[in-house]
Formats: sequence, C-alpha cells, structure tokens
Amino acid sequence: MPVITYRQALNEALAEELERDESVFLMGEEVAEYNGAYKITEGLWKRFGDKRVIDTPISEAGFIGLGVGAAMMGLRPVMELMFWSFAYVAYDQIINNAGCVRYMSGGLINCPLVIRGPANGGTNVGATHSHTPENFLANTPGLKVVSPATPYDAKGLMKAAIRDNDPVCFMENTLLYGDQGEVPEGDYVIPIGVADVKREGTDVSLIAHGRAVLTALAAAHRLSEEFNISAEVVDLRSIRPLDEQTILDSVRKTHRAVLVDENKPFCGVSSQIATMIQEQAFDDLDAPVQRVCSLDAPAIYSPPIEVQQLPTADRVIQKVLAIS
Amino acid sequence: MSVARAEKPKTESSPVDYAKAPINADLKPEQKLGFLADMLRIRRFEQASLKLYQQGKMGGFLHLYIGQESVAVGTLALMGQNDHAITAYRDHGHALVVGMSMNECMAELLGKATGCSKGKGGSMHFFAPDKNFWGGHGIVAGQTPLGLGIAFALKYKRLKGCCLTYLGDGAVNQGVFHESLNLAALWDIPVVYIIENNQYSMGTSLARSSAVKACLAERATGYDMDWDIVNGENLYEVRAKTWDAMQRAHEKNRPTVLEIDTYRYYGHSVADANAKKYRKPEEIEFYKQNHDPITLWENRLKEEGIADDAIIKKIDDEAKKEAAASVQFAEDSPFPELQDIFDDIYYEVDMGTKAGKTGRHFFND
Repeated sequence: MPVITYRQALNEALAEELERDESVFLMGEEVAEYNGAYKITEGLWKRFGDKRVIDTPISEAGFIGLGVGAAMMGLRPVMELMFWSFAYVAYDQIINNAGCVRYMSGGLINCPLVIRGPANGGTNVGATHSHTPENFLANTPGLKVVSPATPYDAKGLMKAAIRDNDPVCFMENTLLYGDQGEVPEGDYVIPIGVADVKREGTDVSLIAHGRAVLTALAAAHRLSEEFNISAEVVDLRSIRPLDEQTILDSVRKTHRAVLVDENKPFCGVSSQIATMIQEQAFDDLDAPVQRVCSLDAPAIYSPPIEVQQLPTADRVIQKVLAIS
Repeated sequence: MSVARAEKPKTESSPVDYAKAPINADLKPEQKLGFLADMLRIRRFEQASLKLYQQGKMGGFLHLYIGQESVAVGTLALMGQNDHAITAYRDHGHALVVGMSMNECMAELLGKATGCSKGKGGSMHFFAPDKNFWGGHGIVAGQTPLGLGIAFALKYKRLKGCCLTYLGDGAVNQGVFHESLNLAALWDIPVVYIIENNQYSMGTSLARSSAVKACLAERATGYDMDWDIVNGENLYEVRAKTWDAMQRAHEKNRPTVLEIDTYRYYGHSVADANAKKYRKPEEIEFYKQNHDPITLWENRLKEEGIADDAIIKKIDDEAKKEAAASVQFAEDSPFPELQDIFDDIYYEVDMGTKAGKTGRHFFND
C-alpha cells in the first residue's frame, strides 16, 4: 500500500471528489494560485481551473456565507479556513445559517457544505491562531464535526464529508500534515460517526481525537514498555455524530478511562465523553474517569512552554498511573 | 407640516413617468389589479396577525411590513423562472408575494405543525425553496452573503437569473454586507441588493446610524458597483428600476445596490416598547395620509380608469376574507408533537440514510 502524507491524503480526496462530482468546488484564501497556505490544495487549481478552485479575499464571513447559500442551491462547496481560529469572524454564517437553516425551514432546505482547515495549538502562533473549536461546533445540532488523526482517516473522512448532505466541520492539524501513513489508492470512504480502536489493550482506555490520538499512542507504548500496563487507544474520528458504542465497549473491557483532549477542559469534547461514560458505564468503572486536556489558559506563545500546555504523553502516563 | 426625512434628493416629483418604462408599458389591467390585490393581501394578513399577537396567541416577535407593501410587490412580481429571493426577518410580505399561502404563514405564526416551517421557524423564518424563496432570516445582514451564494450558484450552473437580496437600512452597517458587496463586484455575481429603507433601525434613525446620511446605496461606489435610489411608494418606479438591475444581472452578471425609500407604520416589532417615542405620531400619520403605497396605487388605478371604489372594495373584501380564513385554519391546526423537535435537523437522519443511522446524533438525557 502506498505511504503518503496526511497532506497528500487530503489532496487526493479533494482531487478525486472534484473529478467525480461537478457540483464540488473549493474556495478559500490562497487555495488556488498559491496552492494553499499549507499546500493541501496543491496542483488543484492548475488541474481543475478557475471555476472549481477559487481564491478569495480575506473575507471569511462573506465567503463562508456564500458557501452556505451555494450549498442551499445544491452545490457542494468545500471551504478552506486557513485556520479554524478564523471561523470566529464567520460564526454567524456557520452557526445560524449553515447550522440552523434546515431546522428553521422545517426541513425544506439542506446544506451540503464542508468547512475545513487546521484547528490546533502547538505551533507557537499565539492564542488567536491556536483555537480548537470542535467543542463549540459540536454543540450545535445541525452541524457535524470530524477530526482525523491519520492520513488514512483523513482521506476517507474527507470523502464522506463531501458526499454528506449536511454541513460538516472538518478539523485538521498543521502538526499532522507531514505525517506519513499507508493510504490505499483510489476510492474509499470512512463513514462519519464510526470510531476506531487504534491500539488494543486491556487495562485502561485512552480516548482521544485528532493529534491527541498520537499522544495517547505514544503514552500507550511507554505504559507497556515501562509499566507493563496494556492501554487501549480509541480514536473518536467523528465528534458529532459520536460512536458511543465503541467507547463503551472499550471502557467495559478495561474498566478505566483517561480522556486525552487538546480542547480546553471546561466544556471540552472530553467533558461530553466523561459524562456519557459515567451515565452509561458507571458500574463497569474501577476508577474515576480522568482527563488530560490543554492547560486552561489562552495558548501561550513561548515555544518550550506551549509544548507543555498541550496534552503530553507524560501527563497521560501520570493520570493512568494514578488510577491503576 | 414638515417631516424630517433623511436629507435625500426627493424623487417623488420626478419628471420621469415610469409607467412608460418598457417593463410597465405592456402591463394588462388585470396585472395592475393583481398588484393591488397582493398589497392588500399583505396588509390584511398582517392586521389579522397583529390581532392574534395582541390576544397572546403568538410567541416571540412580530415584525410588521405594513406601509412597505409596494416594495415586495413591485420587485418580486418581476421574478422569472431562475430568479430567486432572500430577505431578513420582516418577511411576511415577500412570502405572500412569491406565492406562499396565508394559511401556512398564519399557522407558522401560531407555531402550528401546519405552518410553512412546521412551527419551527416562526415569524422571522418563512421559506419556500420551491418558489425560489430562501427565507426569512433573523440576524441583521446575515442573509446578505447567502443571497450572494445563491446568485453564485446560478452563475455556476450557467442559469440566467439573479438573487434579489433584501435588507433593511439598519443592515448596511454590518460588516458581512460590505464583504458581500466586495465579493459580488469582484466576481461578477448576479445579485441585486435591495435596501428597504424605512428610516429606522429599530429605534435608531438613519441620521443617528449612518455617517453618510443622504444616501445608503451610494456605498456601492466603494465597490465599483452600480446603484440607484427608488421612490418606494411608486410601484411603477420600483418595477422599472428593479428590472434595470435584474437585467444588469441577467445580461452582464453585474450586481446592483438599490435603495428603496419606504416607511413602516408599526414599531420595529410589535414588542417595540418605544415605537411611539423615537418618532412622533404626527410623522406616522403624515405618511399614512400622504405616502401610503396602497392608497397611491388605488388612486393611480382610478386615474387610469382601471378600478373604481366598488372594484377596490371587492378586492379588499377578498383579502380580508382570505386573512380571516387563514386565522381560522391556524387556530384549528395542531401544535407539533414534542418528538417532532428532533426532525429537520440533519438531512441524513430525516431521510433514514446509512449516514443518518451511523453514530449518535442527539444527546439527550
């Protein structure tokens, strides 16, 4: 199987969907002639032309709103936010229009829109560029939210997102763009709403999404090597809809859960997972559910400190040891 | 009596006879009577809805369009097969003109399952995509980029059409409107922005909200876009100037900003506690006496020998009857069931697709 980067996997998904469906178009800042600020759309403008791959002015509220309107008319816009942090200037369009138009119209309208881009800290760009709004977005019934951790998942989920008939917020991560992994050639789709057990284990469940999955995997490796603890790693992949069954199956097997989440802790994605586990698997637990989130402050710039603000394998290991 | 209208060039005494404009010259008498019927239907519908509101049968807000009827009728009657429309929260008039029934609209106001949005949208959120009408939007100026996107889609699909995108004078100060203007002109998008200038953004007069007071449409010059101002009480002028803008969109994919002067008789919404404080009752009375678009159109039809008092009364009686019937329909209709709250959120769930059955979509206790 070919080994390609997360970036190339996304690029392949976009190219294949542009090829497959005339109603798909890409739009965003620097996506066309510049080949993408992070090169996700590299080569696509040259291949598909001005109509299908469109550079925008710096005007997120305007062009995201345009995408919502175009999606209401049956097109399938894939809108790039250079950073998900910039969604905040387009929030009305995402929440009120993309998220609510179906409901407000009593089901007369649907909005097959994808909004994609990186949503992560850890790149020393300060608080304004380091937001992880998956929890905010998943708090809106009407929106779907996915967050792939691997190249394989990135391609399959992007295809599912583009073909989905509801608005999908697709959260990537600049720190993952260069990661390599096996990705089959050609068409495959990973359904939205299906989690994936990235590593089997018996003693504790580490539950994460996005890059935190890799942090959890690193922790699981060391727990095994250094402490003889067998950790299972569950990758949510999709936050809304949520695959509760895979989470519960894992917790019922291991009886312990540590949630790893690059969100801030207050009302983060892991808050929802924690409440769900205690509601539905309380009797299966041998210890309180623990969380490892980003430290609860705006993202700090200082490079060596920011590394510690995000969840680290060390912090995950400490939490696991505390309940083992 | 002097009423302070924004210091704008008065178009009321314009020497141009818009009745002779090509889009108006061939109008048949029954079409002209149809415009009267449409305006009266809006007014009688809203008067009936106001009664229901005052009886406490309606929740939330009720933004009445009364006084502005000639704008919706003058513009929307021009729509062809590939022309679309979208507006803000003062949407009842637009909905009725595009062909939505009084029944479904009145039922929506009462939050009934038979409402156009099944009781999920309310007064501000009427939609009829089958009639090219895309709402009904509650956030000021939030619909302005949606209209842009609808027009973008028309061009993308190579359809000759445009999107009439309505906003109020209060919306021109929102950033997203300006972003939309820039994109529309930059990309040659066939959108027609129609500012319904009723002079008040809630309780704030135009003089207190706009740095440039004489004209709002002129802001389009900042985006290399055509613009015009329109005397909204003159149905012929509304039609002629709107048609020019639509032609510009159809033939050249060029956008336009139209500012149509109009006036609302009621408050921002019926719940507007200061409705009679930020303007004098005499001002409202002055407009009712001298600038009522329905009275003016009735007079015009009489002058043209198309209508007399008896014909007008008959049309008005029919509108009142239709409105009364819609009240009855709405009152007799059932409310939605509690479990209906979870329909119409995700298309995939509603349709029972595989995607809609994968993973948990709703997170209740």
